[in-house]
Amino acid sequence: MLEHAFRNRKAEQHLFRVRAITLSLFIIAFMAALVWRMAFLQIDLHEKYRNLSENNRLQLRPIPPNRGLIYDRNGVLLAENIPSYNLTMVRERVVDLDQTIEFLTDLIQLTEREQEQLQQRLRQRRRPYEPFVIRHRMQEEDIAKILVNRFFLPGIDVEAHLIRHYPQGDSFAHALGYVGRINTAEQDRLDQDADQKRRYSATRFIGKIGIERRYEDILHGEVGYQRVETNARGRILQVVEQVNPVPGNDITLHIDSRLQKVAEREMAQFRGAVVAIDVDSGGILTLFSNPSFDPNLFVTGISYADYETLRDNPDQPLFDRAARGQYPPASLIKPFMGLALIDAGSIGWKDQFHDVGWFQLPNYDRIYRDWRRQGHGMVDMDKAIIESCDTYFYEYSVKTGIDHIAPFLAQFGFGRDMTLDVISALPGILPDRAWKRHHRGSAWFAGDTVNMSIGQGFMLATPIQMATATAVLANRGRWQLPHLLMAKNNQLADIPEADIPNIELKDNNDWDRMFAAMEGVITHPRGTGWRLRSQLEHPIASKTGTAQVVGIAQDAEYDSEALEERQRDHALFIAFAPIDKPRIAVAVVVENGEAAGRTAGPVAQRIINEYLGGAEG
Amino acid sequence: MAATDYSHTLGTHQSGGLQRNQSRYSNALHVDWLLLTLLFILMGAGLLLLYSGSGQDIGMVKRQAIHFAVGFLGLFVIAQFPPRFYQRLAPWAYLGGGGLLLAVLFFGVGAKGAQRWLDLPGLPRFQPSELMKLALPMAVAWYFANCPTPPKLRHLLIALVIVLVPTVLILRQPDLGTSLLIGTSGLLVMFFAGMSWRIIFSMLTLAGSLLPVAWLFLLRDYQKQRVLTFLNPESDPLGSGWNIIQSKTAIGSGGVQGKGFLQGTQAHLEFLPESHTDFIVAVLAEEFGLVGVVFLLSLYLLIILRSLLLASRCETLFGRLLSGSLATTFFIYVFVNVGMVSGILPVVGVPLPLVSYGGTSVVSLLLAFGLLMSMSTHRQKT
Repeated sequence: MLEHAFRNRKAEQHLFRVRAITLSLFIIAFMAALVWRMAFLQIDLHEKYRNLSENNRLQLRPIPPNRGLIYDRNGVLLAENIPSYNLTMVRERVVDLDQTIEFLTDLIQLTEREQEQLQQRLRQRRRPYEPFVIRHRMQEEDIAKILVNRFFLPGIDVEAHLIRHYPQGDSFAHALGYVGRINTAEQDRLDQDADQKRRYSATRFIGKIGIERRYEDILHGEVGYQRVETNARGRILQVVEQVNPVPGNDITLHIDSRLQKVAEREMAQFRGAVVAIDVDSGGILTLFSNPSFDPNLFVTGISYADYETLRDNPDQPLFDRAARGQYPPASLIKPFMGLALIDAGSIGWKDQFHDVGWFQLPNYDRIYRDWRRQGHGMVDMDKAIIESCDTYFYEYSVKTGIDHIAPFLAQFGFGRDMTLDVISALPGILPDRAWKRHHRGSAWFAGDTVNMSIGQGFMLATPIQMATATAVLANRGRWQLPHLLMAKNNQLADIPEADIPNIELKDNNDWDRMFAAMEGVITHPRGTGWRLRSQLEHPIASKTGTAQVVGIAQDAEYDSEALEERQRDHALFIAFAPIDKPRIAVAVVVENGEAAGRTAGPVAQRIINEYLGGAEG
Repeated sequence: MAATDYSHTLGTHQSGGLQRNQSRYSNALHVDWLLLTLLFILMGAGLLLLYSGSGQDIGMVKRQAIHFAVGFLGLFVIAQFPPRFYQRLAPWAYLGGGGLLLAVLFFGVGAKGAQRWLDLPGLPRFQPSELMKLALPMAVAWYFANCPTPPKLRHLLIALVIVLVPTVLILRQPDLGTSLLIGTSGLLVMFFAGMSWRIIFSMLTLAGSLLPVAWLFLLRDYQKQRVLTFLNPESDPLGSGWNIIQSKTAIGSGGVQGKGFLQGTQAHLEFLPESHTDFIVAVLAEEFGLVGVVFLLSLYLLIILRSLLLASRCETLFGRLLSGSLATTFFIYVFVNVGMVSGILPVVGVPLPLVSYGGTSVVSLLLAFGLLMSMSTHRQKT
């Protein structure tokens, strides 16, 4: 037994040694083969590859695709590509850097800023032999000077390419956004995905904000390439092979530039925002924030002076009020709040309430006043909407309770961003018990419900949210996601279904009753929008709102030396029309506009008149 | 009976001797210091190359250093368990790994038409095929350790089944490179176990004649594309063909002495996108020339030969077979990677061991060395 084990063991070990030695010889032979192969490349072919590498004679040059164009719903061009000439440098081909810079400074007057940027570019990490831009948008005279002196300027070239141009200027800045040069952070992000890195290998611009950023993928297109033979100085001798890039898709937006222009004209003297939505589709017809800015400034890099002017302007032109301005909805909330109270069964349409001008919670001293000191007398729901009675809502919202109100309002999209493609849209605040405990660290009091019942207190909403809620209301609770994209390459875009349920009221007639009350805002002699009746061309359901400014968060956005004018109330207005078959819903915010019927109301009315009255778009 | 006593003593003398003295001081940690030193030199050189190959991305170098640290911790832990432990573990590891591979086929996640990853709740994402890289040779070695030597044809056939099942499962993911490597590691165990040369040659002939079948039925389109690109690099200039053209230019332009550290231009070009992973040897060849290449390949050769020497000193058959297979697999990695970058083999995604950037590959290689050290440093109690 043992003897067998011993012999077996020894044989096994012997067998393994033989095999291991055989394999070792193989391994040494294979390694030698690798060295031989390397030596062949590095000694025998060294000359050939050194030339290839040093002169980089055969180059693969990626060709950027043309970015897709952007149109409005009437086919008006909103973003296009125009040719531009850049002065570029390939550092590796420049023989004497200092001398070259000196020569260029003499020749075409490089500004100090350009020289500074040039030095900065030289320090940045970049790919070898990658040209970088010294000056954008060169004048023809300077181009000629460079070309004439080309011989003395190895590594310097004039390069034609397309840059983004926004022919409508300020009008669409916040809606469209803009493209700008790809920065280091964006380049790093692209580099992480090999496919993206390849797609963007020739691209210099990327969507920074707005639609340009949201639909970057659609607009960008696919990179092409060109195999070129160059001389030692990098000049192209011949194109050996070319694969054309695939241009990006054109997109059409729901935006109606006629309405946008109306909004721009009417808002000229105000700070604020206008949002209009096509009720049936959810398409955003107007998305305007005033004051605005010229997006063309940002495309090739904004100068510091220009940026400083925009940044330090107390009117905050860079601030997109339509998507990011969060305002207390104030009395605008009343139609929605009214439906909440009715649907919860706290009150019927005809129930009367006696308003003496103030309201008090049981066991509390604090007095909550109505905006009208003497009160509105006997008030039912119709009158509460038409005259915007506060105490009516104080009373019945406390009876209904926040636990019913907040979920009901959430159905209209308050407290969350429902937009499909407004990239920077903020969610506003729809407060409830959990929100207050989390953000304020205290319990919800009945007084909080009182404030919220007239859209003050913690609640905030953006103009987009106000318009969206109005559109859903006009649509009798049926949801359509608010969105800008209408078509891709003339093919209607697929818009995803809203992931929010349609609103079912216990009594479907409540919609029309609320519409009737909202019609009275303009048509009733004591309606808060009575002064708008003179311009009335279509039956409009509307609601005014007046938001107190003092102590609200937006205050922080402004200059510290706040002018007295900036303490005035914000004027808010929502409306939809026509009432029987609503087509357009509008929300207008005029900062410090005080009386909504005088400032915000007419803006909304002109938008509606233009949309319903003008030629069908 | 006396004769048996004598032969027993003789046996211990034969297998003991030099390495028993040596084991006295290395036994405490159960590592082979010479092999460990060689690995350290290799990884030091690897970090240096990575710094250049990644475009001087110090963050990536740090992350790789962390991979090394994790791998070494694993190596030391694994080396502490005796071979007997792994021998018992082997069939279960194999069955477990096989189960996970099946799971990948049904529930796996991945990208670009390949399903390789398993996303189990509570665990980080991982590729079960990495586990199989160790489990398969372990299982085959375990099987032969329980067979008479040299094995009969029947045993070889059973071993072949053990090898083929996971190989085919991985091929279905599809992951041609890994499946070939894992299959080979199993076949290597069979080779070390004493498969006769006649069978070896007939198997090679058979494999050769099966190639057209594989081309028609087994390979996916992108795999065929890679082979075609190998035969004609110009056909896919933006893809792997361009990589080969660029890497050959990088290697050739390096010459004997190289352009100097961080001085390479070719390897850093845009269209050599894998200069920090699979194509890192091109960076070495360009910046350190033939001298650097010979140094690196010598280092690999020393590591491989030392590993084979350790393998032949193992006391158990299981240990010898497993160590031999792991050492040779390591060589295959090196050969396939360098062969691919220098243009004598098609482009398959095989990293240069312990030099290319990548956590999974680094850790699983160091764990394999942990196994190898366990096999050779533990003495059986007599």
